[in-house]
Amino acid sequence: MTEASDLSIFVSHGEAGTAHMTLAVEGVGCAGCIRKIEGGLKQLPGIVDARLNFTNRRLAVDWREDELDAAEVIEALQRIGYRAHPFEPERAEAHEAQQARWLMKCLAVAGFAAMNVMLLSVSVWSGNVSDMTPQTRDFFHWLSALIALPAAGYAGQPFFQSALRAIRARHLNMDVPISLGVILALGMSVVETAMHAEHAYFDSAVMLLFFLLCGRYLDHAMRRKTRAVAANLAALKAQFAHRLEDGGEVVRVPAGALKPGDRLLVRPGDRIPADGAVISGTSEIDESLVTGETARRKIAAGALVYAGSMNFSGALTIRATAADGGTLIDDIERLLQKAIEAKSRTVRLADRAARLYAPFVHGTAALTLIGWLIAGASLHDALVTAIAVLIITCPCALALAIPAVQVVAASALFRSGVILNAGDAIERLAEVDTVIFDKTGTLTLPEPRIEGASPVAPETLERAARLALSSHHPLAAALAKEARERLPYPDAIEEPGRGVRVGIEGSEARLGSREFCGIAARDLQEAGSEDGLSVIAFSHAGRQAIFAFRQSIRPDAATVVAALREHGLDVRVLSGDRAGAVAPVAAALGLQDWIAELKPAGKIAAIESLKQQGRRVLMVGDGLNDAPALAAAHVSMSPISAADITQAQADAVFLGDRLLPVLEAIESARGAKRLMKQNLWLAVIYNTIAVPIAIAGFVTPLIAAAAMSGSSSLVTLNALRANRAAARRHQEAGS
Amino acid sequence: MNVLIYLVPVALGLGLTGLAAFLWSLRSGQYDDIDGAALRILPDDDLEN
Repeated sequence: MTEASDLSIFVSHGEAGTAHMTLAVEGVGCAGCIRKIEGGLKQLPGIVDARLNFTNRRLAVDWREDELDAAEVIEALQRIGYRAHPFEPERAEAHEAQQARWLMKCLAVAGFAAMNVMLLSVSVWSGNVSDMTPQTRDFFHWLSALIALPAAGYAGQPFFQSALRAIRARHLNMDVPISLGVILALGMSVVETAMHAEHAYFDSAVMLLFFLLCGRYLDHAMRRKTRAVAANLAALKAQFAHRLEDGGEVVRVPAGALKPGDRLLVRPGDRIPADGAVISGTSEIDESLVTGETARRKIAAGALVYAGSMNFSGALTIRATAADGGTLIDDIERLLQKAIEAKSRTVRLADRAARLYAPFVHGTAALTLIGWLIAGASLHDALVTAIAVLIITCPCALALAIPAVQVVAASALFRSGVILNAGDAIERLAEVDTVIFDKTGTLTLPEPRIEGASPVAPETLERAARLALSSHHPLAAALAKEARERLPYPDAIEEPGRGVRVGIEGSEARLGSREFCGIAARDLQEAGSEDGLSVIAFSHAGRQAIFAFRQSIRPDAATVVAALREHGLDVRVLSGDRAGAVAPVAAALGLQDWIAELKPAGKIAAIESLKQQGRRVLMVGDGLNDAPALAAAHVSMSPISAADITQAQADAVFLGDRLLPVLEAIESARGAKRLMKQNLWLAVIYNTIAVPIAIAGFVTPLIAAAAMSGSSSLVTLNALRANRAAARRHQEAGS
Repeated sequence: MNVLIYLVPVALGLGLTGLAAFLWSLRSGQYDDIDGAALRILPDDDLEN
């Protein structure tokens, strides 16, 4: 049965009856995929154009609306063998793409100018030591000015604008000394050229812009890449809801398109797509993603339910409501708001360096001017020397020192499955001394797993698992993972709320509740009475089996926790779940510091008291109840399975079933911070050598050019070591 | 040094041509899918024979 889908919020309409949609496509991995997808779609009548962007795994489709609709396009892709998820491009992303283009244009202009001006400058430098006439030199200087002035005016905009913004806000960033250096270098060169002087610094100014723009573009490109991947993952995760229309028919709509007042049908095994009140039906729901509580709650008509809860046993009809007054969501939003307001903005390392650096540079230049005047030099000579000091100290290396490391470290983290949301997350991760984990969905896997090695015969397990493929029950989904042959029995029948049955080899096999399989209560006593354990039963031809499930700990949690403690970190658990459920997990991981049954406000209070002691806290959590705590912590991470609001608060998101990315993030961040500091020191050493030469008045444009490109290359090469360190760690982890 | 009178404009003109070509390629979206471009060249089913 195919049901009607309403995907209209993803479709944009062009002229002449065409429609356009962007899809995030799963499983694109090779050249053949491009041809298969594009070729396969173009055979569909009504398709105008289909183009797959292999870099960000997105497919843009245009079609004629009278011949095709959006759901058919997705179905066609399914037939070709690709799962595609409609995608609503964020406005922020479009803005960033525009920004990237602009930076690229600036970079191109600066590159063109740097090459051509350098061509003229090298001629002048060699001419100065041979037989160039002063007329030719002036001509070349004027030519350089002709190229450099408009180019710097265009390509320097990113820096000038940012410097202006900083000054208006009454603080200093690195762009202030950069802009000042560039403008003074150009201005002085024009004056010098007009006075037929020997030296002009057009090449220095333009080359400086070129280097800095390279750094800025790479930084931007890295952030854009992670943002694109995060947006694809969001599309993959996006939920669909079954909306009941007035006529009684059910339409599948994206959860984003729901409005308060819509009536929704929630089947067993579905996540509840929106906050709402139950109109009819009874069921058990698992609210672990909302509250951290693993015990299921029985609900009936009138109960309030929250988006993200898993519906277990019965079909529910709910009415979507806007969150209003007194609900859990409101509490969390209020706490979240407070936590965000209270968060002190950490000053980034680069800005701290700029605050120390800019006054120092400008002070030195002023002292040079005064010193030379006192020593009896002419105003012109003193001024030229002072500006030379400004040019040579123009923080090319300093401005690249930190972004270069950030780009390299962020891409290394990206490869190990950590996506950074915040630009300064690396710096803050490096400072962490306390790690707090949420339990449910963070230390444990988001879905229940079949418990241990069960004493069930392999072929019984296989049959039960294959039968489970036909069920919508969440526990059955966990059992189905055990199936070696992922082939459901063709005529299995599901009885909602009870189980599935099918005839195998002449007798009926049943999978479901204990009663459904006719297993006596005393058998259950042995396997299923323990706290925190859920069971499903299986019976076939006289054989009976009981499968027990529980929230299982992530496979590498124990080693990761041990490694974190080895690094000198204090590891704790703050959970919203019952003490009885938290204690065994904490014990298994060897943790003594744990608190259970915490409300969101309690988690914040615990973090605040740690902060009072001067601790820097990394909070790792996934539930809606963790969102305020994530915002309150110094830095935060969440698994990709986290609730949407929570993920939006996290500074970094990690993928996969393992906890290792948390450890890797901290290790990489610490390594990166070390490299940043090293780079800053390299820049300082460069300055302590270059500045005295400049003050003494020995700096020629040739020396300035060599010093700048030399120091920039040095810090960039040093930054690349962040990549090598990550690769080494990866090897160790792999071996 | 009279040779400079036309050599310099020629050099500048060539440089500007390169810049214009790059800006055109940027505007026409040739850098939007760099990985894809590397793969699209491989299949040769567009040859007609």
